[in-house]
Amino acid sequence: MPSETIRKTPLDRAAANLADYPAVRQSFTWASARGLLRGLPGGGLNVGYEAVDRHATGERRDAVALRCLGPDGVTELTYGDLLRRTNRFANLLDQLGVGRGDRVFSLLGRGPELYVTALGTLRHASVYSPLFSAFGPEPIRERLARGDGMVLVTTPELYAQKVAPVRDRLPNLRRVLVTGDGPPPPGTSSLNAGLRTVEDRFEVPPTEPGEMALLHFTSGTTGRPKGAVHVHEAVVAHHVTAAYALDLRAGDVFWCTADPGWVTGTSYGIIAPLTHGATVLVDSAEFEARRWYANLAEHRVTVWYTAPTALRMLMRHGAALPAGYDLTALRHVSSVGEPLNPEAVVWGQAALGHPVHDNWWQTETGAIMISNFPALDIRPGSMGLPMPGVEVALLARGEDGRAEVTDEGQVRVVDSPDTVGELALRRGWPSMFRGYLHANARYAKCFAGDWYLTGDLARRDADGYHWFVGRADDVIKSAGHLIGPFEVESILMEHPAVAEAGVIGKPDRVAGEVVKAFVTLRPGAIADDELRLDLLAFGRRRLGVMAPKEIAFDNHLPHTRSGKVMRRLLKAREFGLPEGDLSTLENAR
Amino acid sequence: MKPEDMDRLIRTALREVAPDADLAQLGADADLREALGLDSLDFLRVVELLSQRTGHRIDEEDYPRLATITSATTFLSDRAAVR
Repeated sequence: MPSETIRKTPLDRAAANLADYPAVRQSFTWASARGLLRGLPGGGLNVGYEAVDRHATGERRDAVALRCLGPDGVTELTYGDLLRRTNRFANLLDQLGVGRGDRVFSLLGRGPELYVTALGTLRHASVYSPLFSAFGPEPIRERLARGDGMVLVTTPELYAQKVAPVRDRLPNLRRVLVTGDGPPPPGTSSLNAGLRTVEDRFEVPPTEPGEMALLHFTSGTTGRPKGAVHVHEAVVAHHVTAAYALDLRAGDVFWCTADPGWVTGTSYGIIAPLTHGATVLVDSAEFEARRWYANLAEHRVTVWYTAPTALRMLMRHGAALPAGYDLTALRHVSSVGEPLNPEAVVWGQAALGHPVHDNWWQTETGAIMISNFPALDIRPGSMGLPMPGVEVALLARGEDGRAEVTDEGQVRVVDSPDTVGELALRRGWPSMFRGYLHANARYAKCFAGDWYLTGDLARRDADGYHWFVGRADDVIKSAGHLIGPFEVESILMEHPAVAEAGVIGKPDRVAGEVVKAFVTLRPGAIADDELRLDLLAFGRRRLGVMAPKEIAFDNHLPHTRSGKVMRRLLKAREFGLPEGDLSTLENAR
Repeated sequence: MKPEDMDRLIRTALREVAPDADLAQLGADADLREALGLDSLDFLRVVELLSQRTGHRIDEEDYPRLATITSATTFLSDRAAVR
């Protein structure tokens, strides 16, 4: 049974930034949204300028931009502080010979240095690329190499654990800057020492809206991770979607629990709230139910953007726990990362005083594309309606499950309600990715004419609400992170006992999916518990957070005629589902 | 169950979930999640294994008591005694 619709009141509508969805959807243009930003004094548009300079030189200069909760207490940076610190960082990049468009990576925990690195790089008109600090050495090496990383900012600990072992395979990584005041490890230099040698005055150089600003890595079904390129004008979408979908405004205390190592933590954890002049809460600690409720209460968080996995973990603690915290400051709660189950939406109402507003977007889209909005009724389990300025279609599918594209590049839009199709977006929104770095063919394959093909399957009900159905491909979504099975399989196959591996997402009630690997052993290797643990350990050391949580031995992996492991069949077997069309199989058991 | 058996049971569960970790180096009072690099999902799996093997229900409220080997041993032994 579908859950009951959650009705919004006239009061809800009157209080929302986006009060009249139908009217705005009709009149909205991206050009007018651009007018909400200041733009560079000499023309042009720069993400970092909109996030920092605009407020640091205006009436919000003394407002708190970042409130960072760290192991040693709370550090606050005003917009003015953020300006001076990012000025120094940009000057340091100059001193190191880093140019416009050169890539600066971060591998950092959630703290001030990460924000200074991101915003200093953007204001310098260099390109910022975040790495998730829970990645293992291989995913880190792969992304630095593919992204032409010239500078990496990290901690001495993360450097020793994750970068030093692969540094000799990163010939183009010119500089590694480490945080802290201890002696920098060999091959690195001290970030703080560098910052002390430069001035705290800096002017954002002229920046074209179409210049590359951000590089976000994401995973595909086949092949290596892809670096999605975003440009400076993406900030128009970051800003306006945060106003509409998250109801953000100046003076809000905003907490985005996504790690800034991913796109959500960058678009909405760094950029969007600062363009609005909000105070961003940053917590260096990991999830802990009491700590999280205490954060919401003590810091008077007004807008909270979190993820289904976190909400489901909170739900396990019951509704009595939040009742002990003062959550009256909260005005709006949103979630992204994977489909939010209806129970979690409704639970929000009881436990937090607000239903959870699910939304949908991807690394490639750069910003929220489909959302539940503060002023619109929620159908629990639905990801909502298209953002103003975004045209969404469902496309009829072909035999491989993806949108069917004719030889002339034509697609067929599905109009009948409740029919599953591949979700597609019409080109033209400012935060659309402009390429996969060094992979033009892969980029071209994402489009059919004017449509960007998302790889997600959805249906739309008669009232226009969208419902997520699943991925059209084999990409795994675990705890909100996209994991490419190929990347995991490749690493497992480097283990001396492994001949072949097939990796799938296994359903999990907390994480959505967890990574499960089926491995075929080399002759002579013995399939016992010891080896299973050894393989798990190997995966964890090399892949970190992307490692399989479960390993099964299988000496009869199903293959396609071309010799690829049939992940779809592995999945069907795992679920006990019908195995579908097996005509492309070489050896169906 | 004797404390040393409980200790072994906990370490076995940890080894199954995080076989990459060096349990020999793990101090009895070290924060497990931090020292072994357990993410939230890993931690939940440890809890499930402990619950299955001791036959005791472990509620979310009790998670803080599983923070270290020492506190987990005390907690699980208390549970066994109550029964």
